[in-house]
Amino acid sequence: MSISIRHITKRFDDFVALDDVSVDVAKGSLTALLGPSGSGKSTLLRIVAGLETADGGAVFIDEQDVTGRPPQKRGVGFVFQHYAAFKHMTVHDNVAFGLAIRKRPKAQIAERVNQLLRLVQLEGLAKRYPSQLSGGQRQRMGLARALAIDPAVLLLDEPFGALDARVRAELRDWLRRLHDETHTTTVIVTHDQEEAMEVADQVAVMSEGRIEQVGSPREVYEQPANEFVMTFVGQAHRLGDTFVRPHDLEVTLEPNGSTREVMIDRIVHFGFDVRLDLVDGDGERLSVQTTRDQAELLELGSGQIVYVRPTRATTFA
Amino acid sequence: MGRLSLRVVALGYLTLILIGPLAMMVWRTAEDLDGAWAAITDPDTVAAFELTLKVAAIAVAVNTVFGIVCALVIVRGNIRGRGLLNAFIDLPLALSPVIVGFALIALYGVNGWFGWFQRNGFEILFATPGIVLATIFVTLPFVAREVVPTLREIGTEQEQAAQTLGASGWQTFWRITLPSIRWAVVYGVVLTTARAIGEFGAVALVSGNIAGQTQTATLRVEDAYQFAYGNYAPAYGISFVLAATAILILVLMIVLQPKGTRH
Repeated sequence: MSISIRHITKRFDDFVALDDVSVDVAKGSLTALLGPSGSGKSTLLRIVAGLETADGGAVFIDEQDVTGRPPQKRGVGFVFQHYAAFKHMTVHDNVAFGLAIRKRPKAQIAERVNQLLRLVQLEGLAKRYPSQLSGGQRQRMGLARALAIDPAVLLLDEPFGALDARVRAELRDWLRRLHDETHTTTVIVTHDQEEAMEVADQVAVMSEGRIEQVGSPREVYEQPANEFVMTFVGQAHRLGDTFVRPHDLEVTLEPNGSTREVMIDRIVHFGFDVRLDLVDGDGERLSVQTTRDQAELLELGSGQIVYVRPTRATTFA
Repeated sequence: MGRLSLRVVALGYLTLILIGPLAMMVWRTAEDLDGAWAAITDPDTVAAFELTLKVAAIAVAVNTVFGIVCALVIVRGNIRGRGLLNAFIDLPLALSPVIVGFALIALYGVNGWFGWFQRNGFEILFATPGIVLATIFVTLPFVAREVVPTLREIGTEQEQAAQTLGASGWQTFWRITLPSIRWAVVYGVVLTTARAIGEFGAVALVSGNIAGQTQTATLRVEDAYQFAYGNYAPAYGISFVLAATAILILVLMIVLQPKGTRH
């Protein structure tokens, strides 16, 4: 089901959390709300779920105005950063909760719960309590619980934020595959641009309660709407009035008109990728992303003087 | 060495202050078991125990419900004045029970604001309702005091998750909130029960102290002591039952304390 967010405003005392925010989420898509902490992304998600009320504006789910509706009547599946597992219930009862509230027959609930536990790879752990699960398992349980009610939309609030890097990468991958199977309209809140780029079809970049840009991961990276998006989504250096990404700097051994002279401070190897940390005459630092082969070809070493030139730069009016 | 002497000091202190008097009482009870037994099985004593249990049951029931409600308002409510409520709820702990009893006499006495009841034959003072009111007053903080920190600790996320899954406020309370705070409630109930059974000062003023009618177990101990005329066996016997009940409650509390869920 589609989501349409129209002119939402929200204040907490003097702090403006959301300032006239409008976003559209297409049916069946996976949209990421990406921004630094305090940008209002979680507040926006909670307003869509009905867990927070907006001061102004409207939310439509499947073309219906749900602005005044309580969370119970919105048909959203919500996944919390810290799992919000029902600690006194088994995994089975956690997942069954929404169906038990809807007074579905026991046999039907059991069947659905088993099917969901298989989907999130927790079969066999149905009788455990949340305290007996790892963080990753708890969050998968949280997802199964949210999916049990066949939600119109699935909302995830920094779902992998409390997990360690490897589990996070695994679950991210798995979420994407799950979405490709179920096609439930999904919104994920994250401050991790890599996560947003990897799982989402559409990224809405937020800052200080405003939407800075909405587009595909490639669009926001390659055609950033402004300086904030340029620097928040991926790395960027400012060279005079222009911005350039570390992989869009070409290193040469000889000067050539538009190049600037820099010294190599450090060479960092990440396997195939190599990062050069550079300092120019004014002491300004910048880094270049290149490949191992390129670095070897030029026989680069620290302390060496080289010349850089942007191959592609962006200017904002 | 230092640790050992600290332990000796602590244990010695407990023995002198707590165990000593109780041990002496048990000893005296044992000296005249027949006299003690006769006093315990006296119809007026049985009536006193019945009244104490009845009053305690009502006070526990009322203060459990309102204790949970107050805790919810203190922790979750976004109304003004919840700070005041939080401070106010401890008032019975600070106030002398005698003053509580006296204040109730002032309020419900024939010339008090609520004197209408007393004047029109709905006796509150010197009758069971007065005893119940006094007991409720002094036992008010215990459930709320236990539940407040637990409610803070569990946070609101589980309740919000239940809501998104379709649970109404009422369903969320019964299925999520109450099970999460159940041990705090149990603990509060146990403390309330112990305090209700042991209350003396406030009850002494409002009860009228009529043997077999408005005399609670603690009042009966006081009576048996005042009018002992050299025979203290009845006072020891009834005291022993009350003390044994208190210790039983204490043991119950330790047994109920689930591993790991309480500090």
